[in-house]
Amino acid sequence: MIRIASTAPASVFDLNGPGHYLHWGFVQISVANAVVILSMIVVFVLAILLPFPQGRRQ
Amino acid sequence: MSARVPAQPLPAEHHLPASGSWTGWLRRRTEAALPPEKLMPERQPAYVSSWIYVFGVLTLAAFVVVLLSGAWLALAGPTWWHTSSVGHFVNSLHLWSVELFFFFMVIHLWGKFFLAAWRGRRALTWVLGAVAFLCSIATAFTGYLVQSNFDSQWIASEAKDGINSPGAGAFWNVLDMGQMLLWHVTLLPFGLGVLVVLHLLLVRMRGVVPPIGVDAEGFADAGQREGGAR
Amino acid sequence: MTTMPSPARARADTAAATPWRGPLREYDLVKEFVVALVVVCFLTVGLAVLFSSPDEKGLTLQDWAAANPGDFVATAAGELAGTTTSAGYGPPYNANGDGQSMGPIAPQKWAGVRIPVDPANDFVVTPLTRSATDPAASLALKQWKSASADQQTTWATDYVNALGTVDNDPGKVAAGSYGPVPAMTRDLLGLAQRGVLDSDLVQSSPGFYQTDYTRPLLFLGDSGYLEDTAGAQHLQGEQWGMMNETGNYPGQAWLWLYTFWYQIPPFTTAWADNADLIIWSLMMVLSLGLVLLPFIPGLRAIPLKIPLYRVIWRQYYRTVPRRTGSGRPQA
Repeated sequence: MIRIASTAPASVFDLNGPGHYLHWGFVQISVANAVVILSMIVVFVLAILLPFPQGRRQ
Repeated sequence: MSARVPAQPLPAEHHLPASGSWTGWLRRRTEAALPPEKLMPERQPAYVSSWIYVFGVLTLAAFVVVLLSGAWLALAGPTWWHTSSVGHFVNSLHLWSVELFFFFMVIHLWGKFFLAAWRGRRALTWVLGAVAFLCSIATAFTGYLVQSNFDSQWIASEAKDGINSPGAGAFWNVLDMGQMLLWHVTLLPFGLGVLVVLHLLLVRMRGVVPPIGVDAEGFADAGQREGGAR
Repeated sequence: MTTMPSPARARADTAAATPWRGPLREYDLVKEFVVALVVVCFLTVGLAVLFSSPDEKGLTLQDWAAANPGDFVATAAGELAGTTTSAGYGPPYNANGDGQSMGPIAPQKWAGVRIPVDPANDFVVTPLTRSATDPAASLALKQWKSASADQQTTWATDYVNALGTVDNDPGKVAAGSYGPVPAMTRDLLGLAQRGVLDSDLVQSSPGFYQTDYTRPLLFLGDSGYLEDTAGAQHLQGEQWGMMNETGNYPGQAWLWLYTFWYQIPPFTTAWADNADLIIWSLMMVLSLGLVLLPFIPGLRAIPLKIPLYRVIWRQYYRTVPRRTGSGRPQA
């Protein structure tokens, strides 16, 4: 049996333990990575859509 | 007892250029390329008004936090974080600031790509940024190698095949923790820092790229609608 | 900057290079940096408090010997037989293989053997010689060292094969002519189980201080133990492992394209033997393409084809005037 000893200190969410993965055909991605990538796309879209404060024009 | 000396103009010889002076030459060239008002301007062109523009400075800020948290880890050595809860927390700061660094940097890259920000003699700015991106990947990679845990063992074991195959592994041994630690803590961050400084100086020297189809006075370019990027 | 600029593109490029004389707005760069720094500090501390960071303890040779002694013995015998990955690796460790190549291009071989590792001796014979205390162990070593290379290979290969038929259980191996190999591998197992082998194998250079883990990592890498442990965490090559981290932590999403090629033919099939070199070369070319993007026609025109710039600069475009006579743009 394969056991890895982990020195995990207190944290609000414990991300240690078996990872969760999404599968589409040959594509396999961790939920964590998918969250990061999707967040990047959302933030990018928001960044170009949200209005920026108008400064004092000269 | 303090005496306030009123400011007086200096004698003329204090301003004379010395002939053949390397110092004077270097100072005059840098002043010409980047006078102080251009290095630290208080205004930007009116078109710099989108949230996409903050991702460069967010990347820079994240880089600073990466360096500070890394320096904190370096204070107590590479294995401190395994046995100290403070150390483990500092390691967490280092990991998450790196994740944020890449998060902001890639969004910055996407933005600059879609703005075709290399136009108007700004190709070198793009080149330096792209090289900095690749250098960041190398720096992060060596960071994973020096965690001194299972992750390091596995990553080193796998990566050695990729790096040995083009012959680089004969000189850059990912299984040698001492070598990788020195690259991670000194050589790569220093190189990356130089790239970042050059990148920033170029942005200040060239200015933020103007909108596609707009000339330097701010008019829509009537002669041709959208150029410089075809 | 192009090789054959069209007049329109050259004009637009000159316009973009000209220092801006149009409308300005107030923009506080230093304040922006300070705000960004505060925001990043908050995010970093927040994420660290919420999620901490992973620290899966490293595997020792002692762990391996305890968890899977059969795999340990089989690997040790394989080192003696020259059948393990390290034994036949080639440069930079030894000349027992040619390494990877693409046709006549063989940079692994050209770089030469600069990190000499002789697995049979470095991982097995030398540690046993250093630690041999009882007469039986010394005798086994003497028998090994006085045999010819062919005899050594035959003994070790036969033992490896015999182990393979009984699921690597040394206690069940059929009787045969294995020379001192069973005794040597059993003694090495004992060294590993007592924790002696871990520090012994790190002795890559003479002296007290050591920072180079080449030998123990190569030895560990020859086992199924390291690989199986990684596989359980989705870290293997064909599991998109390069992108992943242990547990549920985000990994290195920026390596998505590098690991992608390892998932598909022909890199997994016809080119599998040289996949590392081919993929490395491919990624070098693509990286160069990213760096030199401003000079690549077609690629550098994508921002025009997918005009997100119209969204980003929409506020400015709404106000930008057309040039009429010699007037300045109205603010």
